Amino acid sequence: MLEISKWKFFIVLSVCILGIYFLVPNFYNKTEVTGLPDYISKKQVNLGLDLQGGSHLLLEVDTRAVLKERSEYLVDELRSILRKNKIKYTNLGSKVKGAIVTITDQNKLQEALIIVRKGVENGIIVNSDKNKLTLSFSDQYIIDTNNQTVEQSIEVVRKRVDESGTKEPTIQKQGEDRIIVQLPGIKDPERVKSLIGRTAKLNFHLLDPTTVELAEQRGKLPPGTFKVQNADPTAYEKQFVVKKRVLLTGDRLVNAAATVDAQSGKYVVAFEFDRKGAKKFAKVTTENTYQRLAILLDDKVISAPQIREPITGGSGNISGNFSPETANDLAVLLRAGSLPAPIKVLEERTVGPSLGEDSIKAGKKALKIGFVLVIIFMMIRYRLFGMIADLAIILNIVLLVSLLSLIEATLTMPGIAGIVLTIGMAVDANVLVFERIKEELKSGRSIMNSIDLGYKFAVKTILDANFTTLIAALLLFNYGSGPIKGFAVTLSIGIVTSMFTALVLTKLLVTIWIVKFKPNKIFL
Amino acid sequence: MYFNFNFYKYRKIAFVFSFLLMILSIFLFFKKNLNLGIDFKGGVMVEAKFLSEPSLLELRNNVSSFIDGNIEIQEFGEPTTVLFRIEKNSDEENEQKMIVAKLKDSLPENVDYRRVEFVGPKVGKELQIMGLKAILYSLIAMFIYIWFRFSGWQFGLGAVFALFHDVFSTLGFFALTQIEFNLASIAAILTIAGYSINDTVVVFDRIRENLVKTEIPFSELLNKSINQTLSRTIMTSLTTLLALLALFIFGGEVIKGFVSAMMWGVLVGTYSSIFIASPLIILFGFVREKKS
Repeated sequence: MLEISKWKFFIVLSVCILGIYFLVPNFYNKTEVTGLPDYISKKQVNLGLDLQGGSHLLLEVDTRAVLKERSEYLVDELRSILRKNKIKYTNLGSKVKGAIVTITDQNKLQEALIIVRKGVENGIIVNSDKNKLTLSFSDQYIIDTNNQTVEQSIEVVRKRVDESGTKEPTIQKQGEDRIIVQLPGIKDPERVKSLIGRTAKLNFHLLDPTTVELAEQRGKLPPGTFKVQNADPTAYEKQFVVKKRVLLTGDRLVNAAATVDAQSGKYVVAFEFDRKGAKKFAKVTTENTYQRLAILLDDKVISAPQIREPITGGSGNISGNFSPETANDLAVLLRAGSLPAPIKVLEERTVGPSLGEDSIKAGKKALKIGFVLVIIFMMIRYRLFGMIADLAIILNIVLLVSLLSLIEATLTMPGIAGIVLTIGMAVDANVLVFERIKEELKSGRSIMNSIDLGYKFAVKTILDANFTTLIAALLLFNYGSGPIKGFAVTLSIGIVTSMFTALVLTKLLVTIWIVKFKPNKIFL
Repeated sequence: MYFNFNFYKYRKIAFVFSFLLMILSIFLFFKKNLNLGIDFKGGVMVEAKFLSEPSLLELRNNVSSFIDGNIEIQEFGEPTTVLFRIEKNSDEENEQKMIVAKLKDSLPENVDYRRVEFVGPKVGKELQIMGLKAILYSLIAMFIYIWFRFSGWQFGLGAVFALFHDVFSTLGFFALTQIEFNLASIAAILTIAGYSINDTVVVFDRIRENLVKTEIPFSELLNKSINQTLSRTIMTSLTTLLALLALFIFGGEVIKGFVSAMMWGVLVGTYSSIFIASPLIILFGFVREKKS
């Protein structure tokens, strides 16, 4: 029988109040909301990048590069172990994930095996095969190394993005070797992107006094040197002959900043080494006064100054042909440190602020008009019951948005489409009930009886029918990316709230109306 | 509104119509192909808004002079906005970044870049697989659900046929209209699948209920059930279409393709639940058990 149960009334009322409570923060912008009193929820629906503008980047870390580096390092290590123990060897070299060496004296093989095993890191498997020693990284070692590489890359990317002044970036690991970077609302995505992608390996070498022209005349480079391009292609000196030995690396830097050089009035990047680095820098500059230093960034010379006097304070300037921006970018890169491995951009989606604004406007307009159309349509078709269903639609939107705020979901353009679609589909549950009541009335039952039965019969169908849409929405959530996930979220929440509003809220309202007014005729 | 149409009578016309629709869809799918977006093919997409209406022909000549590869240039929503789609089958991700840079260099300074997207070939392939998986798994999940929910395999198969009918004809719709097929299209197809089954389930539920309640012949019972739920079917389709119409007209250019596919899906889903799913139950040889 139809009756107004007190607890049901209470539940509906509290759900409505909670819905409004969590809806309210969305009427304020981000800064206003933090100023609200403590008792008001601060949780808001986030706008997706397609609505507020911004860049989405999918990066891939080239983890193989690090393994290659480690292999080369292993060769050096192996060489020094064998030399120290006076074991003769030939054919020392690196392989894809490890190193290989031939021991000249077959009798020393066993000894070499034991010494090398002791000498190298854990996780490197050392085996002997005839007169050869093979060193290979264990699977666990490779996994750990790759994880470390990706984690370090994320750290560096995060520092760089933070330093570039981007507000509220999201930087996450995805899969094994990928990083997702989301940069909301930035004006110049190109600059941030170029900051992220640079490896930024800073190395200090000595310049060889031999000029490139001279080397070309002789037909060969002096031993222990290599040819390096100038980072500035417009400069007078296009190439340099640089000594291979690395004197110092950027890892030793503790600070870097763009400033204006007092003497030349040009932009320079001032840097500062840590204690160890400062000591080394002092030694290098003392031993090589009047020689030229070569400062290499990602294997290109950015500056080649002459050492005029020993620098003992541990700080110096990099002068180059810098603009304020490029000087600042270099300082940012140096402060954040270098990436352990090269990074590749696999996917990029940038939405300009103007499209974002237009999309919000268009979405709001479509939402309003779709809402009004459906509301009017229901009112014309079902009169009073239509109005009750309309109340349900309104509460449905309130609950949907408040639940989205509660989980701090991201609203995207397809997400807005999902809300509009939900308005259209939310009436379905009500329509099912109303049509059923109508049928029961037609078959001669009393009003009370018809309404009671109408709800009873419709519930099963409603649950059944909505379940399949829910399956589709959940799979979309699982497989979709970005904006599509937003659609899946609003659609699935919309389905759940529409069932609640139709089966609980409208039922309560209809019941109250019947019990209070005891109509002897209803229009459906 | 009370209805008393003899839907069952028109089943043969409907079957022929749907059969032709399927053939046409498959033909279109293979002959005209889907207009795959960069999501799946990889490539570069740039939406640029000019201060004054640019000449598309000039742009095309200009762009093709320094980029080789498949270039598509079209007006997008309004005359001053142009959508560039450049497809380049290259495994080198950097090359695509270069394309974006070159394109930007060739356009006037005051152009407003509303969207710049590029998808590398690797990701394109991954998204293809992801989209196929999403569709396949959801079809399987719905299939299993219907199977368990309705005793009598004829019901399950009827619903699944209707579902495939709707999904295939939507693919045909994409091929015919050449609306860009992208990630959002996958979402549209899954939503249509959900909607199609939703509609079918409502009719089937009524058939099941009537099976218990009445003793009339099955074909008559089928008609009665469809007619009883027809009001609801029409109402829900109309409200959903109304909401979609608002989105189509006012929702902006970006989601127009997505919305039009959904509208098609709602129409065809409504049709199939009435004319295909239910009559198929009889065609598959469902016989009601005689009450003793």
